[in-house]
Amino acid sequence: MKGFSYLRNVATLELNRDACIDCGRCSEVCPHQVFSLEENKARLINFDACMECGACAKNCPAAAIRVDAGVGCATGLINEWLREQNFYRVSKECC
Amino acid sequence: MPQVATTLAFADRLGAWKARWGIGRLNYLVPPGLYAVGAPTPDAPVLVTANYKMSYDIVRSSLTGRNVWLLVLETYGINVWCAAGKGTFGTEELVRRIGISGLAGAVMHRRLILPILGAPGVAAHEVKKQTGFTIRYAAIRAGDLPAYLDNGMVTTPAMQELTFTLRERSVLIPVELVQALKPTALTAAVLFIAGAALKGPADGLTTVYAYLGAVVAGAAIAPLLLPWIPGRSFAVKGAVTGLTWITAFYLLAGGQGWSVPATAAAFLSIPAVSAFYALNFTGCTNYTSRSGVKKEMRIALPTMGCAVIFSALMVLAGRFL
Ligand code: SF4
Ligand code: SF4
Repeated sequence: MKGFSYLRNVATLELNRDACIDCGRCSEVCPHQVFSLEENKARLINFDACMECGACAKNCPAAAIRVDAGVGCATGLINEWLREQNFYRVSKECC
Repeated sequence: MPQVATTLAFADRLGAWKARWGIGRLNYLVPPGLYAVGAPTPDAPVLVTANYKMSYDIVRSSLTGRNVWLLVLETYGINVWCAAGKGTFGTEELVRRIGISGLAGAVMHRRLILPILGAPGVAAHEVKKQTGFTIRYAAIRAGDLPAYLDNGMVTTPAMQELTFTLRERSVLIPVELVQALKPTALTAAVLFIAGAALKGPADGLTTVYAYLGAVVAGAAIAPLLLPWIPGRSFAVKGAVTGLTWITAFYLLAGGQGWSVPATAAAFLSIPAVSAFYALNFTGCTNYTSRSGVKKEMRIALPTMGCAVIFSALMVLAGRFL
């Protein structure tokens, strides 16, 4: 996404190239063009653009991708922490 | 078979406007099921969308003059992207809806066209296994559907790339402001009472203005100017707009007359408030990762808290020592 870049080296995305069967799904679903298909395997070409939406891992038929998916939303994380601390849930959700 | 109109009535546009301002947002939905756009044949393509009325409206109005099937999933009035994240726009609902709607009898082929932003909820290979239907993820924006259909169902790189234009950012701001309304009003009241009790009503009012400006700087200005404000971190971006605001306010509102502790407190706490609201905007963006926001919050929240507490202590100390 031109003009926008978030923190570097934080994404939990992992690709197991040995398991990849070159179906192309990951590059079809990724809205940030993180994958490219090279030498009959998927490759991570834009790791820092990953927003951890989980689309690639969910749609990989070979289970070659792992990502700790979730919404990157401050309010949501605060609410989650409050819930973990057994406070009552605060009103706003992310989406 | 319910027939779909492809032109939007005034009521649809009014509804969309109200939804943006957070008025009756949750009641804004369409019954799920299979719909006919135009007069689709058993060979016509099948598009899948959410029952959030704004998504449905954009999809149907982009299909004017075409003959296609529209399969609307039950996402409880939530848009495709958010519903996919929650899993309601998901494999299970899609499989169930294909069954209930009798889609297999209405069409000869076994192909579905899904929005790319629905992919986090749907496992295409699972749907194929359970229903026989093959999924193509077409485009991010419904507005690209006509081009996709005319293009022999090929996704161009532009259709697959997310954007976050000034216009796309600005439609998100009303909801941000409405959601900030209640806590902001409460805080403003507390600030006014505190300021008035410590110095006088005029100073109370100045404090409130400075604070309101900080909220706007964080919740509206930072999102609008997002790509042009330095820094990758949203908290840093917010602090930058907050600092700009308090500097302008200091110059314009006669800050030279403020006491030293009050000035220091203003320059410390106002950027912190703006940073908090800017960080909040991460929930509306389409490129911030959960791990990134977590990392940023671990550093930013304690920093903001300390800045605010330290500011309050300075003002109190300046008054009583
Ligand atoms: S979706 Fe999985 S199997 Fe398919 S190309 Fe990507 S990594 Fe390889
Ligand atoms: S998690 Fe989402 S953004 Fe990250 S690589 Fe996968 S599809 Fe792309």
